[in-house]
Amino acid sequence: MMLPTGQWSDRVMALVVWAIALMVVGVFFWIVADLVRHGVEHLSWQFLTDSPRDAGRAGGIGPILVSTLLILAVCLAVSVPIGLATAILLAEFARADGWLGRSIRRSLDVLAGVPSIVFGLFGNALFSIYLGMGFSILSGGLTLACMVLPLLIRSAEEGLLAVPDDYRKAGAALGLSRSAMLWRILLPAATPGLVVGLILSTSRALAETAALLFTSGYVDRMPESLFDSGRSLSIHIYDLAMNVPGGEGRAYATAIVLLGLLITINILTFWIADRWLGGRITR
Amino acid sequence: MTVHDLAVSYGAKPALHNVDLSIHRNCITAIIGPSGCGKSTFLTCLNRMTDLVPGCHVTGRVEMDQTDITNGTVNLIALRRRVGMIFQKPNPLPLSIRKNLTFPLKQHGLRRRSERDAEAEIALRRVGLWEEVKDRLNAPASGLSGGQQQRLCIARALALDPKVLLMDEPCSALDPIASGVVEDLIASLRGKYTVVVVTHNLAQARRIADDVVMFWVRDGAGTVVESGRAQQVFESPGSEITAAYLRGERG
Repeated sequence: MMLPTGQWSDRVMALVVWAIALMVVGVFFWIVADLVRHGVEHLSWQFLTDSPRDAGRAGGIGPILVSTLLILAVCLAVSVPIGLATAILLAEFARADGWLGRSIRRSLDVLAGVPSIVFGLFGNALFSIYLGMGFSILSGGLTLACMVLPLLIRSAEEGLLAVPDDYRKAGAALGLSRSAMLWRILLPAATPGLVVGLILSTSRALAETAALLFTSGYVDRMPESLFDSGRSLSIHIYDLAMNVPGGEGRAYATAIVLLGLLITINILTFWIADRWLGGRITR
Repeated sequence: MTVHDLAVSYGAKPALHNVDLSIHRNCITAIIGPSGCGKSTFLTCLNRMTDLVPGCHVTGRVEMDQTDITNGTVNLIALRRRVGMIFQKPNPLPLSIRKNLTFPLKQHGLRRRSERDAEAEIALRRVGLWEEVKDRLNAPASGLSGGQQQRLCIARALALDPKVLLMDEPCSALDPIASGVVEDLIASLRGKYTVVVVTHNLAQARRIADDVVMFWVRDGAGTVVESGRAQQVFESPGSEITAAYLRGERG
Protein backbone atom coordinates (compact mmCIF):
# COMPACT_ATOMS: atom_id res chain seq x y z
CA MET A 1 0.00 0.00 0.00
CA MET A 2 1.29 3.44 -0.87
CA LEU A 3 1.23 6.04 1.85
CA PRO A 4 2.25 9.70 1.70
CA THR A 5 5.78 10.24 3.02
CA GLY A 6 4.50 12.09 6.08
CA GLN A 7 2.58 9.02 7.19
CA TRP A 8 5.61 6.77 6.69
CA SER A 9 7.79 8.95 8.85
CA ASP A 10 5.06 8.93 11.51
CA ARG A 11 5.01 5.13 11.45
CA VAL A 12 8.79 4.84 11.72
CA MET A 13 8.72 7.33 14.57
CA ALA A 14 6.05 5.37 16.44
CA LEU A 15 8.00 2.14 15.92
CA VAL A 16 11.23 3.66 17.25
CA VAL A 17 9.49 5.12 20.30
CA TRP A 18 7.86 1.79 21.09
CA ALA A 19 11.11 -0.12 20.60
CA ILE A 20 13.00 2.18 22.94
CA ALA A 21 10.28 1.98 25.58
CA LEU A 22 10.28 -1.81 25.35
CA MET A 23 14.07 -1.85 25.66
CA VAL A 24 13.91 0.08 28.92
CA VAL A 25 11.36 -2.35 30.34
CA GLY A 26 13.42 -5.21 28.96
CA VAL A 27 16.57 -4.12 30.76
CA PHE A 28 14.70 -3.98 34.04
CA PHE A 29 13.30 -7.48 33.60
CA TRP A 30 16.67 -8.79 32.51
CA ILE A 31 18.25 -7.51 35.73
CA VAL A 32 15.47 -9.00 37.86
CA ALA A 33 15.64 -12.33 35.98
CA ASP A 34 19.40 -12.48 36.38
CA LEU A 35 19.14 -11.80 40.12
CA VAL A 36 16.43 -14.39 40.57
CA ARG A 37 18.26 -17.03 38.50
CA HIS A 38 21.44 -16.77 40.59
CA GLY A 39 20.05 -15.93 43.98
CA VAL A 40 16.67 -17.51 44.48
CA GLU A 41 18.05 -20.84 45.74
CA HIS A 42 19.56 -19.09 48.80
CA LEU A 43 16.39 -17.21 49.70
CA SER A 44 14.46 -18.43 52.71
CA TRP A 45 12.98 -17.11 55.92
CA GLN A 46 16.17 -18.29 57.65
CA PHE A 47 18.24 -16.19 55.25
CA LEU A 48 16.33 -13.08 56.29
CA THR A 49 16.70 -13.68 60.04
CA ASP A 50 20.00 -15.54 60.61
CA SER A 51 23.35 -13.90 61.25
CA PRO A 52 25.99 -14.27 58.53
CA ARG A 53 28.63 -16.96 59.15
CA ASP A 54 31.97 -17.62 57.48
CA ALA A 55 32.20 -14.02 56.14
CA GLY A 56 28.75 -14.35 54.64
CA ARG A 57 29.25 -17.59 52.73
CA ALA A 58 26.75 -19.22 55.08
CA GLY A 59 23.96 -18.00 57.36
CA GLY A 60 21.74 -15.06 56.53
CA ILE A 61 21.47 -11.29 56.59
CA GLY A 62 19.33 -10.60 59.70
CA PRO A 63 21.62 -8.04 61.38
CA ILE A 64 22.36 -6.42 58.01
CA LEU A 65 18.69 -5.94 57.28
CA VAL A 66 18.23 -4.35 60.71
CA SER A 67 21.25 -2.06 60.26
CA THR A 68 20.02 -0.99 56.83
CA LEU A 69 16.58 -0.07 58.14
CA LEU A 70 18.11 1.81 61.08
CA ILE A 71 20.45 3.79 58.81
CA LEU A 72 17.51 4.63 56.56
CA ALA A 73 15.39 5.67 59.56
CA VAL A 74 18.09 8.02 60.85
CA CYS A 75 18.55 9.43 57.35
CA LEU A 76 14.84 10.13 56.82
CA ALA A 77 14.19 11.35 60.36
CA VAL A 78 16.79 14.07 59.79
CA SER A 79 16.37 14.84 56.10
CA VAL A 80 12.57 14.93 55.78
CA PRO A 81 11.90 17.78 58.28
CA ILE A 82 14.89 19.82 57.09
CA GLY A 83 14.10 19.11 53.45
CA LEU A 84 10.44 20.00 53.75
CA ALA A 85 11.19 23.21 55.65
CA THR A 86 13.75 24.29 53.05
CA ALA A 87 11.41 23.47 50.16
CA ILE A 88 8.65 25.52 51.80
CA LEU A 89 11.05 28.42 52.31
CA LEU A 90 12.16 28.27 48.68
CA ALA A 91 8.74 27.83 47.11
CA GLU A 92 6.55 29.96 49.36
CA PHE A 93 8.63 32.56 51.11
CA ALA A 94 11.87 33.31 49.26
CA ARG A 95 11.49 35.54 46.22
CA ALA A 96 12.47 33.59 43.13
CA ASP A 97 14.97 36.22 42.08
CA GLY A 98 16.18 37.11 45.59
CA TRP A 99 19.74 36.34 46.66
CA LEU A 100 18.60 33.89 49.37
CA GLY A 101 16.63 31.63 47.03
CA ARG A 102 19.25 31.88 44.33
CA SER A 103 22.15 30.98 46.58
CA ILE A 104 20.29 28.08 48.24
CA ARG A 105 19.28 26.65 44.86
CA ARG A 106 22.79 27.04 43.45
CA SER A 107 24.35 25.24 46.45
CA LEU A 108 21.78 22.45 46.23
CA ASP A 109 22.48 21.86 42.56
CA VAL A 110 26.20 21.64 43.27
CA LEU A 111 25.59 19.30 46.22
CA ALA A 112 23.38 17.05 44.09
CA GLY A 113 26.29 16.52 41.72
CA VAL A 114 28.90 15.69 44.37
CA PRO A 115 30.02 12.02 44.15
CA SER A 116 28.89 9.94 47.08
CA ILE A 117 32.42 8.97 48.05
CA VAL A 118 33.09 12.65 48.76
CA PHE A 119 30.06 12.66 51.06
CA GLY A 120 31.58 9.58 52.69
CA LEU A 121 34.86 11.34 53.39
CA PHE A 122 33.00 14.42 54.63
CA GLY A 123 30.82 12.31 56.91
CA ASN A 124 33.85 10.48 58.19
CA ALA A 125 35.65 13.73 58.99
CA LEU A 126 32.64 15.52 60.53
CA PHE A 127 30.45 12.89 62.20
CA SER A 128 32.86 10.01 62.86
CA ILE A 129 35.97 11.92 63.90
CA TYR A 130 35.17 15.55 64.75
CA LEU A 131 31.85 14.88 66.50
CA GLY A 132 33.16 11.61 67.92
CA MET A 133 30.40 9.30 66.65
CA GLY A 134 32.94 6.85 65.28
CA PHE A 135 31.87 4.20 62.79
CA SER A 136 28.20 4.07 63.65
CA ILE A 137 24.72 3.80 62.24
CA LEU A 138 24.20 7.40 63.39
CA SER A 139 27.21 8.67 61.38
CA GLY A 140 26.05 6.70 58.35
CA GLY A 141 22.45 7.90 58.55
CA LEU A 142 23.49 11.53 59.01
CA THR A 143 25.88 11.32 56.06
CA LEU A 144 23.14 9.88 53.89
CA ALA A 145 20.83 12.66 55.06
CA CYS A 146 23.31 15.25 53.76
CA MET A 147 23.48 13.35 50.51
CA VAL A 148 19.74 13.03 49.84
CA LEU A 149 18.78 16.54 50.97
CA PRO A 150 19.31 18.19 47.57
CA LEU A 151 17.10 15.57 45.87
CA LEU A 152 14.41 15.83 48.50
CA ILE A 153 14.36 19.63 48.56
CA ARG A 154 14.29 20.18 44.83
CA SER A 155 11.51 17.68 44.17
CA ALA A 156 9.41 18.97 47.08
CA GLU A 157 9.97 22.51 45.80
CA GLU A 158 8.90 21.49 42.30
CA GLY A 159 5.82 19.86 43.82
CA LEU A 160 4.87 23.07 45.63
CA LEU A 161 5.53 25.24 42.60
CA ALA A 162 3.23 23.01 40.56
CA VAL A 163 0.30 23.91 42.85
CA PRO A 164 -1.84 26.52 41.04
CA ASP A 165 -1.43 30.09 42.27
CA ASP A 166 -5.23 30.36 42.27
CA TYR A 167 -5.29 28.53 45.60
CA ARG A 168 -2.82 30.96 47.17
CA LYS A 169 -4.83 33.93 45.89
CA ALA A 170 -8.08 32.42 47.14
CA GLY A 171 -6.52 31.79 50.55
CA ALA A 172 -5.10 35.30 50.82
CA ALA A 173 -8.38 36.91 49.74
CA LEU A 174 -10.25 34.88 52.38
CA GLY A 175 -7.86 36.05 55.07
CA LEU A 176 -6.55 32.55 55.76
CA SER A 177 -3.23 32.33 57.56
CA ARG A 178 -0.30 31.11 55.54
CA SER A 179 0.29 28.20 57.87
CA ALA A 180 -3.30 26.99 57.52
CA MET A 181 -3.05 27.26 53.74
CA LEU A 182 0.25 25.40 53.77
CA TRP A 183 -0.85 22.47 55.91
CA ARG A 184 -4.39 22.10 54.66
CA ILE A 185 -4.14 23.00 50.98
CA LEU A 186 -0.68 23.55 49.51
CA LEU A 187 1.23 20.58 50.96
CA PRO A 188 -1.61 18.12 50.25
CA ALA A 189 -1.85 19.47 46.71
CA ALA A 190 1.92 19.03 46.37
CA THR A 191 1.80 15.37 47.47
CA PRO A 192 2.91 13.99 44.07
CA GLY A 193 6.13 16.00 44.20
CA LEU A 194 6.72 15.14 47.84
CA VAL A 195 6.27 11.43 47.12
CA VAL A 196 8.69 11.54 44.21
CA GLY A 197 11.25 13.25 46.43
CA LEU A 198 10.80 10.69 49.20
CA ILE A 199 11.03 7.73 46.84
CA LEU A 200 14.13 9.05 45.08
CA SER A 201 15.73 9.77 48.45
CA THR A 202 15.03 6.37 49.99
CA SER A 203 16.17 4.67 46.81
CA ARG A 204 19.41 6.60 46.76
CA ALA A 205 20.00 6.01 50.47
CA LEU A 206 19.31 2.28 50.20
CA ALA A 207 21.58 1.93 47.19
CA GLU A 208 24.46 3.80 48.76
CA THR A 209 27.72 1.97 49.37
CA ALA A 210 30.66 4.34 49.09
CA ALA A 211 29.42 6.94 51.57
CA LEU A 212 28.69 4.25 54.17
CA LEU A 213 32.06 2.48 53.99
CA PHE A 214 33.64 5.43 55.80
CA THR A 215 30.84 6.21 58.21
CA SER A 216 28.66 3.30 59.32
CA GLY A 217 31.43 0.77 58.70
CA TYR A 218 30.95 -2.88 57.79
CA VAL A 219 30.61 -4.80 61.04
CA ASP A 220 28.05 -7.55 60.35
CA ARG A 221 26.91 -8.17 63.95
CA MET A 222 23.46 -7.22 65.19
CA PRO A 223 23.66 -3.53 66.25
CA GLU A 224 22.72 -2.85 69.86
CA SER A 225 22.30 0.90 69.50
CA LEU A 226 22.64 3.68 66.95
CA PHE A 227 26.23 4.13 68.13
CA ASP A 228 27.21 0.65 66.92
CA SER A 229 28.71 0.10 63.54
CA GLY A 230 26.34 -1.64 61.13
CA ARG A 231 26.67 -3.05 57.65
CA SER A 232 24.12 -2.05 55.04
CA LEU A 233 22.72 -4.41 52.40
CA SER A 234 24.59 -2.65 49.61
CA ILE A 235 27.93 -2.96 51.43
CA HIS A 236 27.17 -6.60 52.10
CA ILE A 237 26.59 -7.18 48.39
CA TYR A 238 29.80 -5.35 47.53
CA ASP A 239 31.77 -7.34 50.11
CA LEU A 240 30.39 -10.73 49.08
CA ALA A 241 30.88 -10.05 45.39
CA MET A 242 34.37 -8.55 45.56
CA ASN A 243 36.14 -9.87 48.66
CA VAL A 244 34.61 -13.24 49.49
CA PRO A 245 35.32 -16.08 47.05
CA GLY A 246 32.22 -18.29 46.94
CA GLY A 247 29.94 -15.49 48.16
CA GLU A 248 28.34 -14.67 44.79
CA GLY A 249 25.15 -16.68 45.31
CA ARG A 250 24.38 -14.94 48.56
CA ALA A 251 25.32 -11.60 47.02
CA TYR A 252 22.59 -12.22 44.44
CA ALA A 253 20.14 -13.29 47.13
CA THR A 254 20.92 -10.11 49.12
CA ALA A 255 20.38 -8.04 45.99
CA ILE A 256 16.92 -9.60 45.58
CA VAL A 257 16.11 -8.63 49.17
CA LEU A 258 17.37 -5.09 48.55
CA LEU A 259 15.26 -4.78 45.43
CA GLY A 260 12.21 -6.16 47.23
CA LEU A 261 12.75 -3.73 50.10
CA LEU A 262 13.00 -0.84 47.66
CA ILE A 263 9.78 -1.76 45.89
CA THR A 264 7.93 -2.31 49.18
CA ILE A 265 9.08 1.04 50.56
CA ASN A 266 8.10 2.83 47.33
CA ILE A 267 4.61 1.38 47.40
CA LEU A 268 4.22 2.12 51.11
CA THR A 269 5.43 5.70 50.69
CA PHE A 270 2.97 6.30 47.91
CA TRP A 271 0.10 4.75 49.81
CA ILE A 272 0.77 6.52 53.11
CA ALA A 273 1.39 9.94 51.55
CA ASP A 274 -1.74 9.64 49.46
CA ARG A 275 -3.85 8.61 52.42
CA TRP A 276 -2.42 11.00 54.95
CA LEU A 277 -1.77 14.17 52.92
CA GLY A 278 -3.63 13.69 49.67
CA GLY A 279 -6.78 12.66 51.51
CA ARG A 280 -7.16 16.16 52.88
CA ILE A 281 -8.08 17.61 49.52
CA THR A 282 -10.06 16.58 46.49
CA ARG A 283 -8.60 16.37 43.04
CA MET B 1 -14.50 54.29 51.50
CA THR B 2 -12.28 57.07 50.18
CA VAL B 3 -9.09 56.93 48.18
CA HIS B 4 -6.60 59.82 48.28
CA ASP B 5 -3.76 60.34 45.84
CA LEU B 6 -3.19 56.62 45.37
CA ALA B 7 -0.22 55.56 43.25
CA VAL B 8 1.06 52.05 42.52
CA SER B 9 4.18 50.94 40.75
CA TYR B 10 5.60 47.53 39.90
CA GLY B 11 9.34 47.96 40.31
CA ALA B 12 10.17 51.09 38.33
CA LYS B 13 7.05 50.83 36.15
CA PRO B 14 4.13 53.01 37.29
CA ALA B 15 0.70 51.37 37.06
CA LEU B 16 -1.57 53.92 38.71
CA HIS B 17 -1.21 57.54 39.80
CA ASN B 18 -3.25 60.44 41.15
CA VAL B 19 -6.27 58.28 41.98
CA ASP B 20 -8.83 60.12 44.12
CA LEU B 21 -12.19 58.52 44.58
CA SER B 22 -15.10 58.02 46.97
CA ILE B 23 -16.89 54.71 46.98
CA HIS B 24 -20.39 54.82 48.42
CA ARG B 25 -21.46 52.40 51.09
CA ASN B 26 -23.82 49.61 50.04
CA CYS B 27 -23.79 50.68 46.40
CA ILE B 28 -22.50 48.87 43.35
CA THR B 29 -19.59 50.73 41.81
CA ALA B 30 -18.53 49.59 38.34
CA ILE B 31 -15.00 50.28 37.20
CA ILE B 32 -14.74 50.52 33.43
CA GLY B 33 -11.97 51.31 31.00
CA PRO B 34 -9.75 49.61 28.44
CA SER B 35 -7.29 46.80 29.22
CA GLY B 36 -4.07 47.74 30.98
CA CYS B 37 -5.30 50.94 32.58
CA GLY B 38 -4.90 49.70 36.16
CA LYS B 39 -8.47 48.66 37.00
CA SER B 40 -7.46 45.33 38.54
CA THR B 41 -4.46 46.90 40.23
CA PHE B 42 -6.77 49.45 41.82
CA LEU B 43 -9.03 46.68 43.07
CA THR B 44 -6.15 44.80 44.70
CA CYS B 45 -5.18 47.95 46.64
CA LEU B 46 -8.51 47.80 48.45
CA ASN B 47 -7.73 44.49 50.17
CA ARG B 48 -3.94 44.73 50.09
CA MET B 49 -3.53 41.81 47.71
CA THR B 50 -0.82 44.10 46.31
CA ASP B 51 1.34 42.76 49.17
CA LEU B 52 1.56 39.42 47.35
CA VAL B 53 3.18 40.94 44.28
CA PRO B 54 6.97 41.22 44.61
CA GLY B 55 8.22 44.72 43.88
CA CYS B 56 4.78 46.31 44.11
CA HIS B 57 4.88 49.69 45.78
CA VAL B 58 1.79 51.59 46.96
CA THR B 59 1.60 55.22 48.13
CA GLY B 60 -1.36 57.36 49.12
CA ARG B 61 -4.26 56.54 51.40
CA VAL B 62 -7.24 54.22 51.26
CA GLU B 63 -9.59 54.99 54.12
CA MET B 64 -12.17 52.53 55.27
CA ASP B 65 -14.18 53.37 58.37
CA GLN B 66 -11.68 56.09 59.32
CA THR B 67 -8.62 53.82 59.12
CA ASP B 68 -5.96 53.96 56.45
CA ILE B 69 -5.65 50.36 55.23
CA THR B 70 -2.42 51.00 53.34
CA ASN B 71 -0.80 51.42 56.74
CA GLY B 72 1.68 48.61 57.51
CA THR B 73 0.16 47.96 60.93
CA VAL B 74 -3.25 46.94 59.60
CA ASN B 75 -4.24 43.37 60.47
CA LEU B 76 -4.42 41.80 57.01
CA ILE B 77 -6.44 38.79 58.11
CA ALA B 78 -9.12 41.02 59.62
CA LEU B 79 -9.01 43.36 56.61
CA ARG B 80 -9.52 40.54 54.12
CA ARG B 81 -12.33 39.15 56.17
CA ARG B 82 -14.01 42.57 55.93
CA VAL B 83 -13.18 43.01 52.24
CA GLY B 84 -13.91 39.88 50.23
CA MET B 85 -12.67 39.29 46.71
CA ILE B 86 -13.99 37.40 43.68
CA PHE B 87 -11.63 36.65 40.81
CA GLN B 88 -12.10 36.45 37.09
CA LYS B 89 -11.49 32.71 37.03
CA PRO B 90 -13.52 30.89 39.69
CA ASN B 91 -11.00 29.55 42.20
CA PRO B 92 -12.60 27.08 44.58
CA LEU B 93 -10.09 25.36 46.85
CA PRO B 94 -9.41 21.66 46.12
CA LEU B 95 -11.90 20.62 48.78
CA SER B 96 -15.49 19.45 48.85
CA ILE B 97 -18.30 21.95 48.23
CA ARG B 98 -19.06 22.01 51.96
CA LYS B 99 -15.44 22.42 53.03
CA ASN B 100 -14.90 25.31 50.64
CA LEU B 101 -17.30 27.19 52.90
CA THR B 102 -16.57 25.67 56.30
CA PHE B 103 -12.76 25.63 56.11
CA PRO B 104 -12.41 29.45 56.02
CA LEU B 105 -15.10 29.75 58.73
CA LYS B 106 -13.17 27.33 60.93
CA GLN B 107 -9.93 29.23 60.35
CA HIS B 108 -11.70 32.43 61.38
CA GLY B 109 -12.63 30.90 64.71
CA LEU B 110 -16.06 29.33 64.27
CA ARG B 111 -15.40 26.27 66.42
CA ARG B 112 -18.64 24.33 66.29
CA ARG B 113 -19.28 22.18 63.28
CA SER B 114 -23.04 22.64 63.46
CA GLU B 115 -22.65 26.43 63.35
CA ARG B 116 -20.29 26.18 60.39
CA ASP B 117 -22.69 23.92 58.52
CA ALA B 118 -25.56 26.31 59.24
CA GLU B 119 -23.54 29.29 57.97
CA ALA B 120 -22.61 27.32 54.87
CA GLU B 121 -26.24 26.58 54.13
CA ILE B 122 -27.24 30.23 54.58
CA ALA B 123 -24.47 31.33 52.20
CA LEU B 124 -25.38 28.70 49.61
CA ARG B 125 -29.05 29.71 49.76
CA ARG B 126 -28.00 33.34 49.44
CA VAL B 127 -26.34 32.64 46.07
CA GLY B 128 -29.09 30.28 44.91
CA LEU B 129 -26.85 27.23 44.92
CA TRP B 130 -28.38 25.28 47.81
CA GLU B 131 -31.03 23.44 45.82
CA GLU B 132 -28.46 22.51 43.18
CA VAL B 133 -25.83 21.09 45.52
CA LYS B 134 -27.57 20.08 48.76
CA ASP B 135 -27.38 16.38 47.86
CA ARG B 136 -23.69 16.43 47.01
CA LEU B 137 -22.11 18.74 49.56
CA ASN B 138 -19.23 16.32 50.01
CA ALA B 139 -18.43 16.11 46.30
CA PRO B 140 -15.38 17.98 44.98
CA ALA B 141 -16.08 21.63 44.22
CA SER B 142 -14.07 21.25 41.03
CA GLY B 143 -16.90 19.10 39.66
CA LEU B 144 -19.29 22.06 39.53
CA SER B 145 -19.84 24.05 36.34
CA GLY B 146 -18.02 27.36 35.90
CA GLY B 147 -21.03 29.43 36.87
CA GLN B 148 -21.73 27.27 39.91
CA GLN B 149 -18.08 27.52 40.95
CA GLN B 150 -18.23 31.30 40.70
CA ARG B 151 -21.39 31.40 42.82
CA LEU B 152 -19.67 29.07 45.31
CA CYS B 153 -16.78 31.54 45.49
CA ILE B 154 -19.23 34.38 46.12
CA ALA B 155 -20.95 32.27 48.81
CA ARG B 156 -17.56 31.57 50.37
CA ALA B 157 -16.83 35.28 50.54
CA LEU B 158 -20.33 36.09 51.88
CA ALA B 159 -20.06 33.43 54.60
CA LEU B 160 -17.32 35.50 56.24
CA ASP B 161 -19.80 38.40 56.54
CA PRO B 162 -17.76 41.06 54.71
CA LYS B 163 -18.69 44.73 54.37
CA VAL B 164 -17.11 45.15 50.95
CA LEU B 165 -16.89 42.77 47.97
CA LEU B 166 -14.33 43.31 45.25
CA MET B 167 -15.01 41.57 41.94
CA ASP B 168 -12.50 41.39 39.13
CA GLU B 169 -14.48 40.69 35.94
CA PRO B 170 -16.51 38.01 37.73
CA CYS B 171 -18.52 37.04 34.63
CA SER B 172 -15.98 37.20 31.87
CA ALA B 173 -14.93 33.53 32.13
CA LEU B 174 -18.53 32.29 32.11
CA ASP B 175 -20.99 31.38 29.37
CA PRO B 176 -23.84 33.87 28.72
CA ILE B 177 -26.44 32.01 30.79
CA ALA B 178 -24.18 31.50 33.81
CA SER B 179 -23.02 35.07 33.39
CA GLY B 180 -26.62 36.27 33.62
CA VAL B 181 -27.22 34.28 36.79
CA VAL B 182 -24.09 35.67 38.45
CA GLU B 183 -24.98 39.18 37.32
CA ASP B 184 -28.43 38.92 38.90
CA LEU B 185 -26.76 37.68 42.07
CA ILE B 186 -24.43 40.69 42.12
CA ALA B 187 -27.38 43.03 41.59
CA SER B 188 -29.14 41.40 44.55
CA LEU B 189 -26.23 42.35 46.84
CA ARG B 190 -27.07 46.04 46.43
CA GLY B 191 -27.98 47.72 49.68
CA LYS B 192 -26.34 45.09 51.86
CA TYR B 193 -22.74 45.15 50.70
CA THR B 194 -20.45 47.70 49.12
CA VAL B 195 -19.62 46.10 45.78
CA VAL B 196 -16.78 47.24 43.54
CA VAL B 197 -16.84 45.40 40.23
CA VAL B 198 -14.34 45.70 37.40
CA THR B 199 -15.97 44.95 34.08
CA HIS B 200 -15.26 45.13 30.37
CA ASN B 201 -18.91 44.65 29.66
CA LEU B 202 -20.45 48.12 29.36
CA ALA B 203 -23.96 46.75 29.01
CA GLN B 204 -23.48 44.91 32.29
CA ALA B 205 -22.16 48.04 33.99
CA ARG B 206 -25.22 49.90 32.70
CA ARG B 207 -27.55 47.23 34.10
CA ILE B 208 -26.13 46.82 37.58
CA ALA B 209 -24.08 49.86 38.59
CA ASP B 210 -25.15 52.70 40.87
CA ASP B 211 -21.86 54.51 40.36
CA VAL B 212 -19.38 54.29 37.49
CA VAL B 213 -15.67 55.04 37.54
CA MET B 214 -13.82 55.43 34.27
CA PHE B 215 -10.09 54.57 34.19
CA TRP B 216 -7.74 55.61 31.42
CA VAL B 217 -4.00 55.73 30.83
CA ARG B 218 -2.65 59.25 31.19
CA ASP B 219 1.07 60.20 31.36
CA GLY B 220 2.13 56.55 31.28
CA ALA B 221 -0.06 55.20 34.09
CA GLY B 222 -3.71 54.56 34.83
CA THR B 223 -5.86 57.14 36.53
CA VAL B 224 -9.51 58.09 37.05
CA VAL B 225 -10.83 60.35 34.30
CA GLU B 226 -14.42 60.43 35.44
CA SER B 227 -16.64 59.12 38.21
CA GLY B 228 -20.24 59.69 39.17
CA ARG B 229 -23.75 58.28 39.22
CA ALA B 230 -24.16 55.62 36.56
CA GLN B 231 -27.02 57.32 34.78
CA GLN B 232 -25.15 60.60 34.59
CA VAL B 233 -21.90 59.06 33.32
CA PHE B 234 -23.66 56.98 30.70
CA GLU B 235 -26.06 59.64 29.48
CA SER B 236 -24.01 62.79 29.69
CA PRO B 237 -20.36 61.94 30.29
CA GLY B 238 -18.34 64.92 31.43
CA SER B 239 -15.13 63.75 29.85
CA GLU B 240 -14.52 63.52 26.11
CA ILE B 241 -12.52 60.28 26.68
CA THR B 242 -15.42 58.64 28.49
CA ALA B 243 -17.85 59.74 25.79
CA ALA B 244 -15.59 58.29 23.07
CA TYR B 245 -15.07 55.07 25.03
CA LEU B 246 -18.80 54.62 25.61
CA ARG B 247 -19.52 55.23 21.92
CA GLY B 248 -16.95 52.54 21.12
CA GLU B 249 -14.64 54.94 19.33
CA ARG B 250 -11.70 54.59 21.69
CA GLY B 251 -10.22 51.94 24.00
